[in-house]
Amino acid sequence: MKKDSLIIAKKKFNSRLIVGTGKYKSMSECAKAIKLSGAEIVTVAVRRVNIADKNKPLLMDYIDPKKITYLPNTAGCFNSRDALRTLRLAREIGGWKLVKLEVLGDKQNLFPDMIETLKSTEVLAKEGFKVMVYCNDDPLMAKRLENAGADAIMPLAAPIGSGLGIQNKINIQIIRKQTKLPLIIDAGLGQASDAAIAMELGCDGVLVNTAIAKAKKPFEMALAFKNAVIAGRQSYKSGRIDKILMGNPSSPTKGII
Amino acid sequence: MKKIKKIKIKINGKTKSITQDSNLSVLLKNLKIPLNKVAIELNEEIIDKKKINKIKLNKNDKIEVVHFIGGG
Repeated sequence: MKKDSLIIAKKKFNSRLIVGTGKYKSMSECAKAIKLSGAEIVTVAVRRVNIADKNKPLLMDYIDPKKITYLPNTAGCFNSRDALRTLRLAREIGGWKLVKLEVLGDKQNLFPDMIETLKSTEVLAKEGFKVMVYCNDDPLMAKRLENAGADAIMPLAAPIGSGLGIQNKINIQIIRKQTKLPLIIDAGLGQASDAAIAMELGCDGVLVNTAIAKAKKPFEMALAFKNAVIAGRQSYKSGRIDKILMGNPSSPTKGII
Repeated sequence: MKKIKKIKIKINGKTKSITQDSNLSVLLKNLKIPLNKVAIELNEEIIDKKKINKIKLNKNDKIEVVHFIGGG
């Protein structure tokens, strides 16, 4: 079978599952779940170093950034200024140019502020960042982000951490039809089948954090998501049958006794 | 004996008293900050890590040292 790689900003990845590194009980649990998920890209947050506790374990000691691509995010930023500041710092930590932009607009539903997101995308693209953009499932805004220089479009399935699964399949399909950019479902997935559905809609990948980290058995769920993404992608590439209203027998009707 | 003058700076939101004319690299070394895993801001401007031993700290300077942690 031909190799089916995910290409983001000219970089090739074999896995189409991106996982977040937040909400795990421990760094070792997080590292093991990532390994089982097969993910090659993980999202990370930028925060202050704990000056008081010098012996606190560091993420980089558990997940080797030489083996796994770190995707710095702007989680917790509610305006363009903070998001830009965060990603410029992230780049400075070690030359990261591939970043996930996420500018939130509301503390309750965590929906993205698309005006600030669009503004930030323009600036970041001009500064040479490769920007993967968390956005609403709005085809018009997705197009604007693409025109502003985004490297990947990442619409939500449902609010962050909600576990509700894809709420608007039609919008996702419209976005798929209009863009050749990597389309990655980000946020709101609850179980492995949600990831399979995203892939069957033609998405290039999914980003999952809470659904794995907060599952009763995170390691098993990591594996389930890995398999679901592979299955969903294969199903999409295989070309599904047309839907019909009535039944159509699977056995030949000729020669019935 | 000449009295050593102290100045106050802020690092990651915490006030710290340091000797006047302290240099940024000495401060970070004393705090055991792994430079290859962090980014540094001085008064909201990103500092080139290669140049930190040339940077003298002044009264009321605000330093931010950040790194990557788990996040979604």
